[in-house]
Amino acid sequence: MAQILFYAFALFTLACAVGVVVNKNAVNAAMCLLLALVGVAGLFVQLDAYLLAFLLLLVYAGAVVALFLFIVMLLDTKDTASRGFRKVSTFASVFALGLLATGVSAFALRGRLTTPNPNLAAAVGTDLKHYAYQLFTTYLLPVQVIGFLLLIAMLGVIVLSKRWEGLDDIK
Amino acid sequence: MFDFFFQLHPVIQGLAKGLAVIMVIFPLAGACSLAERKVSAWMQGRPGPNRAIVPWIAWIPFLGVFLQKLGVFHLMSDGGKLLFKEEPVPGHVNKFYFILAPALAIMPAFTTVAVVPFGAYFDAAGAAIPLVLANVDIGLLAVFAVSSLGIYSLILAGWASNSKYPFLGSIRASAQLISYELAMTMSVIPVFLWINAPGQPGTMSLAKAVEFQSLPGFWGGSWFIVLMPISALIFLISLFAETNRHPFDMAESESDLVGGFHTEYGAFKWSLFFVAEYSHMIIGSGVFVLLFLGGWNPLPWVPLSTAAQLLGITGLPLVVGVLSIVIFLAKVVAMIFFFMWVRWTVPRFRYDQIMKLGWQKLLPLSIANLLFYAIAIAVIQK
Repeated sequence: MAQILFYAFALFTLACAVGVVVNKNAVNAAMCLLLALVGVAGLFVQLDAYLLAFLLLLVYAGAVVALFLFIVMLLDTKDTASRGFRKVSTFASVFALGLLATGVSAFALRGRLTTPNPNLAAAVGTDLKHYAYQLFTTYLLPVQVIGFLLLIAMLGVIVLSKRWEGLDDIK
Repeated sequence: MFDFFFQLHPVIQGLAKGLAVIMVIFPLAGACSLAERKVSAWMQGRPGPNRAIVPWIAWIPFLGVFLQKLGVFHLMSDGGKLLFKEEPVPGHVNKFYFILAPALAIMPAFTTVAVVPFGAYFDAAGAAIPLVLANVDIGLLAVFAVSSLGIYSLILAGWASNSKYPFLGSIRASAQLISYELAMTMSVIPVFLWINAPGQPGTMSLAKAVEFQSLPGFWGGSWFIVLMPISALIFLISLFAETNRHPFDMAESESDLVGGFHTEYGAFKWSLFFVAEYSHMIIGSGVFVLLFLGGWNPLPWVPLSTAAQLLGITGLPLVVGVLSIVIFLAKVVAMIFFFMWVRWTVPRFRYDQIMKLGWQKLLPLSIANLLFYAIAIAVIQK
């Protein structure tokens, strides 16, 4: 049963992810992205990581894709969608595909994939307190670095979007 | 008495429970639309809907006329009218998303019901067992996550209509919903900081929040609206904004956008949007009642267990369960009346006022509130 569910969700997620790439209509692509995220959330639920599943839904499916749609609707994307691939983008995508294939094959062949302790995974994924404790101890540095990155992005947006002419006090 | 039910397959049991809850929520949401018309009429000093009546009920003396004046049959006639009307689909719309949008509005609204507890009973050991479809540890997070998916119905309805006013409505709605989600999430963190006391397993369960409002003693028995009034206020305001209620109904805004995102909709598709809006209101009020108004406890400092003892029904879990559901629903109905009261009292905000309120007032206030309670709770629970 669990196997069938896993394959169903994995296939669903992959199909939607392909849909994101090949869809010409940007709104359709965004909706496929939404469905792909829901599929990933389903995979998390199968791993007993309910917290991650719902955080994924809350942050990405609930807010980020909504912002994508918001932008897609504000911009008229009709003429850019029909343009074919340029040479450089074809080359870049083939190169990226090669990198991805190398990475996956190296991971599958050389990586020592051991079955993780299911009790540990369940505890980290479901128990909020344990999860938060891990975030603030073992993974404190990555959290801080990502926070800093987001801060830089936010500052960049403020600098780009603010009209500086009228503001005398900043000069 | 109910043994046969527990012998059924768990999947069938779950389906039956889910259907039972939906069969309460759907008519309740429909009844809300009638109540809205009645409340508005009452506030404006006019009779409101008072004509429709079923012939053979009109023969009952007094009661028939009373029910007619109360307008209860308008619910039936409205539903019938909307079901049997022609379903217009304008020629210029994107048909797939146009038809998908009302369905998408309903789904998250009814899915969130699964994790909201609506009552409790006491087992033989005296422990409170919450009545809920799925008693998960991440209760509130699940409510937020699933209800945040409701935004897609507004966006897609506006976009698929392929017309100016619906589009403006949906753009406004998406910006507004995302803006107020932040303040809303921040405002409930103090409640869960308090509940997750040291030495206890971490939880975001809504039933646990009620448990912490039914402890003995002055501080234990007081509802969280007394302990955390600012949190409750921010959550309430954000709830109005998240459910697109007056004075935050920028997505519809009849005076400047005709009908907003549902301008091009008619018949039952149109009414599905309203059923979804009212079910969001019911669920939101339920969450507010659970978090800040003591859930199924009848009065502050009088928890359900004490009330059951006073009434002498401690040994009857079924009666206690029904009593708790009645208390909870009464509070939810009172909240919905409050929603309607505000709608017919306060004029609609301008769009810039809404953005200013969300980002410049509520967000800093909720952060300050969170900092204050984080320090206070750390000192108290040390």
